[in-house]
Amino acid sequence: MSTGNMNLTLKVWRQKNNKTTGALVDYKLADISPDMSFLEMFDVLNEQLINKGEEPVVFDHDCREGICGMCSMFINGRPHGPKDLVTTCQLHMRSFKDGDTIVVEPWRAAAFPVVKDLTVDRSAFDRVIAAGGFISVNTGNAQDANNLPIPKMQADAAFEAAACIGCGACVATCKNASAMLFVSAKISQLALLPQGQPERYRRVQSMVAQMDAEGFGNCTNTGACEAECPKGISLENIARMNRDFASAKFVSEETV
Amino acid sequence: MSGFGNAFSSSIGKKFIMGATGIFLVLFLIVHCGINALIFLDDQGLTFNIGAHFMATNWIIRAGEVILMLGLLVHIFQALRLTLQNNKARPVKYAVNDGKANSKWYSRSMGLLGTLLLIFLVVHLKDFWVVSRFTGIPSVDANGHEDLYAVMRDKFQDPVRVAVYLLAMVSLCYHLLHGFASAFQTMGWNHSKYNGIIKSVGVWYSIIISIVFAAMPLAFHFGLIK
Ligand code: SF4
Ligand code: FES
Repeated sequence: MSTGNMNLTLKVWRQKNNKTTGALVDYKLADISPDMSFLEMFDVLNEQLINKGEEPVVFDHDCREGICGMCSMFINGRPHGPKDLVTTCQLHMRSFKDGDTIVVEPWRAAAFPVVKDLTVDRSAFDRVIAAGGFISVNTGNAQDANNLPIPKMQADAAFEAAACIGCGACVATCKNASAMLFVSAKISQLALLPQGQPERYRRVQSMVAQMDAEGFGNCTNTGACEAECPKGISLENIARMNRDFASAKFVSEETV
Repeated sequence: MSGFGNAFSSSIGKKFIMGATGIFLVLFLIVHCGINALIFLDDQGLTFNIGAHFMATNWIIRAGEVILMLGLLVHIFQALRLTLQNNKARPVKYAVNDGKANSKWYSRSMGLLGTLLLIFLVVHLKDFWVVSRFTGIPSVDANGHEDLYAVMRDKFQDPVRVAVYLLAMVSLCYHLLHGFASAFQTMGWNHSKYNGIIKSVGVWYSIIISIVFAAMPLAFHFGLIK
């Protein structure tokens, strides 16, 4: 890792666990390279802390290539930092200036309790998926793919919805901590394809019910989620979910 | 209504109620604004008073008035409930939150704008609705109709009242700028062929309604209509 010439002040949220309250702690970093990723900068900080015999900062990460959805830092008031369509791991220090003060906080939502420092528990998302974000397939021979013609536009829209990596930035940035963008993406990727049809109206009811049970807030259409989502998930998905929900509740005879 | 399950208690159901009552109030404002704009005919309010008389006596309108009040109360009550829930959904706030980077300030301030409108509404109902429906309008015009026009003219001589009304119309404009398009999104009416129209109609509607309403106290106060 090349050394550079950036000097930074970090204000990082430190919190021992869910039971204690945390606080922002100041750290000075010198000789940071603009080519480092944001997480590599945190690696440097942690090495320094370890060398001093202090506790390193705990933060989530896995792939570090923008596809797993684990990294989750609220940087200077924005999830995944100042760049559009970028996850924290894909953010580079060249997006900051020498001498900057950078405030780093965990996702804040009742449904995402802090585990430690910058790591939050996002298993609420897993429970929403488990409530209906799947299709049931009876086993047997795979049929010919041409038996299921899918219009290109439809396939593209499903693909775009499926790009959601479940990072939770939408919840983090929403003033209401609403999970509508995430849930609508997970509903849409199946609602747009033939395989998703049999369970379509059951799915939307179950997943919305689970979303509410987890304590996420209610959407007020500010559009912050769409603006901050690293995968560009569109608000159209929320409208589709609302339509499907209305059909499920007022038209479909199936109750969940 | 057991077949509907939790249709209206779920987060999306509550939003449907906000959106539906919102659209209803949007339609009401067109009627209200249209009839009031009759004052600009500058005929000592003769035509306006005919309109006001019709609104006060026609039974369909009076029944609609009850529905309007209910719609308004539901809109306010539901907004309050949603706001309390939303506050609970984020118990610990951010030290730094750069909202302006991703959304319009008025879309994040619907509660504040709505509260200002609610305060205004109390003043407004006391100024005109209570007078025309309960305490009585003191004079009649040349046609022998109750002279609501004169009540307006007199009330808007007070500069404080004019200022309050203007501030309220600014709040209304921003509340509608977000609310109009938001209602469509909530109802699921998001369609690439219509989104542009919804957006521009929403902007024009908000601006025109607010300006026409704001022009009323100003016109009376500065004697542009007599
Ligand atoms: S919708 Fe976007 S912001 Fe929300 S979880 Fe999916 S990828 Fe992350
Ligand atoms: S670490 Fe996998 S998306 Fe950032």
